[in-house]
Amino acid sequence: MTLRDCYAAFGGNYDDVLGRLRSERMIQKFVLKFLDDASYETLCVAMAAQNREEAFRAAHTIKGVCQNLGFTALLASSSALSDALRHEWMPEAPALAKQVGDDYRCVTEAICAFQSALEA
Amino acid sequence: MKSVHHSRHSHKILIADDSEMNRSILTDMLEDEYDIIEAENGVQALAAIQAHISELSLVLLDIVMPEMDGFGVLEAMNRNGWIKELPVVIISAENAASHVEQAYQLGAADFIRRPFDALIVHHRVVNTILLYAKQKKLLELVAEQIHEKERQNTMMIEILSHIVEFHNGESGLHVRHVHTLTERLLERLSQKDDKYNFSPSDISVIATASALHDIGKIAIPSEVLNKPGRLTDEEFSIMQGHALMGAEILEKLPFYQDEPLLKRAYEICRWHHERYDGCGYPDGLKGDDIPISAQTVAVADVYDALTSDRVYKKAVPHEAAVQMILEGQCGTFNPLLMECLRELAPRLRTELERTAPAQEPHPELQRVAEEMLKREQPGASKRTLQLLEHERMKYNFFAALTEELQFEFTVSPPLLTLSTYGANKLGFPELIMDPLHDKRLTVLMAPQHIAALSDALRSTSPGQPVVTYDCQLNLNGEHRWFRIISRAVWSGDDDPPRYTGAIGKAMDIHDSHTHLAELQRRASTDALTGLLFHAAAKERIQNRLAERPDGKFALAIFDLDLFKEANDGFGHMFGDRVLTHVARLLRQNIRSGDIVARAGGDEFLIFLEYKKGLERIVKRIFASLSVTFEGFPISINMGVASTETVGFHYDDLFRAADNALYTVKRGTRGQFCFYDPSMQGVLTALSPIGADAADSDSGHPQEGGKEL
Repeated sequence: MTLRDCYAAFGGNYDDVLGRLRSERMIQKFVLKFLDDASYETLCVAMAAQNREEAFRAAHTIKGVCQNLGFTALLASSSALSDALRHEWMPEAPALAKQVGDDYRCVTEAICAFQSALEA
Repeated sequence: MKSVHHSRHSHKILIADDSEMNRSILTDMLEDEYDIIEAENGVQALAAIQAHISELSLVLLDIVMPEMDGFGVLEAMNRNGWIKELPVVIISAENAASHVEQAYQLGAADFIRRPFDALIVHHRVVNTILLYAKQKKLLELVAEQIHEKERQNTMMIEILSHIVEFHNGESGLHVRHVHTLTERLLERLSQKDDKYNFSPSDISVIATASALHDIGKIAIPSEVLNKPGRLTDEEFSIMQGHALMGAEILEKLPFYQDEPLLKRAYEICRWHHERYDGCGYPDGLKGDDIPISAQTVAVADVYDALTSDRVYKKAVPHEAAVQMILEGQCGTFNPLLMECLRELAPRLRTELERTAPAQEPHPELQRVAEEMLKREQPGASKRTLQLLEHERMKYNFFAALTEELQFEFTVSPPLLTLSTYGANKLGFPELIMDPLHDKRLTVLMAPQHIAALSDALRSTSPGQPVVTYDCQLNLNGEHRWFRIISRAVWSGDDDPPRYTGAIGKAMDIHDSHTHLAELQRRASTDALTGLLFHAAAKERIQNRLAERPDGKFALAIFDLDLFKEANDGFGHMFGDRVLTHVARLLRQNIRSGDIVARAGGDEFLIFLEYKKGLERIVKRIFASLSVTFEGFPISINMGVASTETVGFHYDDLFRAADNALYTVKRGTRGQFCFYDPSMQGVLTALSPIGADAADSDSGHPQEGGKEL
């Protein structure tokens, strides 16, 4: 499984990110690092506690990372979620958070598969 | 704050972003060429900027961050003047136009949107750093150029005026003397009267223009100018023509007509021979119709002419010259200027001698520079920053050595910085945002103490900014006494000065404090009974009376009847045990708020607060004390006085209770009795003097407790 396959698996834009970051080595490094990023856990905790500000920041952070790494689907859902939490707790927030969760799992599963392929 | 990754590059960059991923992507892109410092929120970013201001070349700043966001960081950088020195490039996923605009307004150098292109980030970083470095270099060049130009200007004016002097046969020092005198007089005048509020640069312009006061003389024939004898009327009017002539020369200059220097020079040339009473020339102006520049130069000119040798006269000594001017022998001048001259006179001569020798660095230039510095917050020079960095390093080093809780607090942003030792000792982070509302801090130091300390600091003055405050701090559950010595920091720039925060340290004084408290306790209690001495009790009672002026209180004094017999019959050891027993009974039968004391040998004192039923309370205490101790029946005589009848003065209460006690002892002993005003004047029961001399015993002893 190549990095490009991995991107294809979770609906990311590999060409875009390669155009911007200009090095496959670098993309690979940060894609793997994404597995260790705690922002999603922070988001889940903050959503459960209905801590709007913290949930907003976490969603916003995920959005920023996704922008950098070209995770298109997760970018769309985290972006929608951060908008729904920016000023107030909008009623659609929990549903959007669920979508973020689905997209997040989709991304991490693909990256895990890519990682095992690398190690194999 | 994250560590510095490398230290092998000439430029250092701070990356502030709450996402570790984002920071490392940027670090990855830049670390080959720059040293990187990372910060994960706005507070850390500010602390890093403060600590590394002299080394940092650029800040890459995220907007949405916890603790303090990117706008907060920009605002603080503006307040501290860092934004001019240190370029900030915003990198944000926020693409709203308002965000971009706000960032630029707050002085951001550039705004990069996510997702970013590595190449673009790299180029913008390089370009911004280069641009700022060039700008700094240019600023230095411009400053040097200005300095050089200023020097040449002054030189040109001096050459020109020397030509006039040469033509005039005057010493080469006249122009410089007039310059210095004019300057001193104007400075004095500005301090004296609000009407003449000259800035240092106004004064500098007038003093420089004063050099031109006699340029009109260039057009006066030298046989008139340098005629040793008295001038004829005709010659005199030719001579007077120099004032208008000078003004005309300046007026006909094709350029610079709007320049303040030229305007002042015109006034001075034309009117420096006018007099305050209108008797001068050429226009016969009067009073303040004569511009103050010309009035001042006139005084300076006259003084220097008097004190110099001329072809037609000898020099007059300094004191005589001042005297002549003040007496109006050289014409009438503005009284305010005369006051200035009188005040300046004692040190005028030395000042003039001092400025006489050749070129020193021009003091007026320095003053203009100072004024410019005052007007605009300057970007600190690199050297200043290095010095600052050096001081900070020294401070950190010594702070780490002393085991003290040191702190620094700033009002805006509300930030508490603890010394490393202090932070470790408390288990706090070194930086605490909004400390006055921080749970950790309010647990450590009770809010009323924080408020009291804060009030005390705010009510200090820049002259006396130090506050010493003792209180208990809660160190992980242990309450210990600390002494906090703190110095309020007042900003010097504002009028009135503004409180901007405080620095200080907290010292553990628990052991010495407890020791002191123990000593105090021992000094105020009786060793035998453990009760307070009379003086200590009195102090506490007085405090209580003052605290609760609406309460009801009673004071009872009692002694042991037949105590002397007990001592005599059973020995002093037994007597002591009786006293100890009574003290114990007393302690058992009063409420916790009441105060009891041993007032003297076998005399005791009780102070209590009551709401109603005082008599019942007294009866109860009286009964509890009337017992038999080892076969010896304890019988007491007690006098009671209340604030309801006597008022709130301790001495009145005590005297009244004493009177009542005396009344008991004169009547049926072994009872208690309340004071009433008829007892006034009764002798004391407590002092052994002439009880027989008492002339009144009209007390009303009541039923003793023995029957109850």
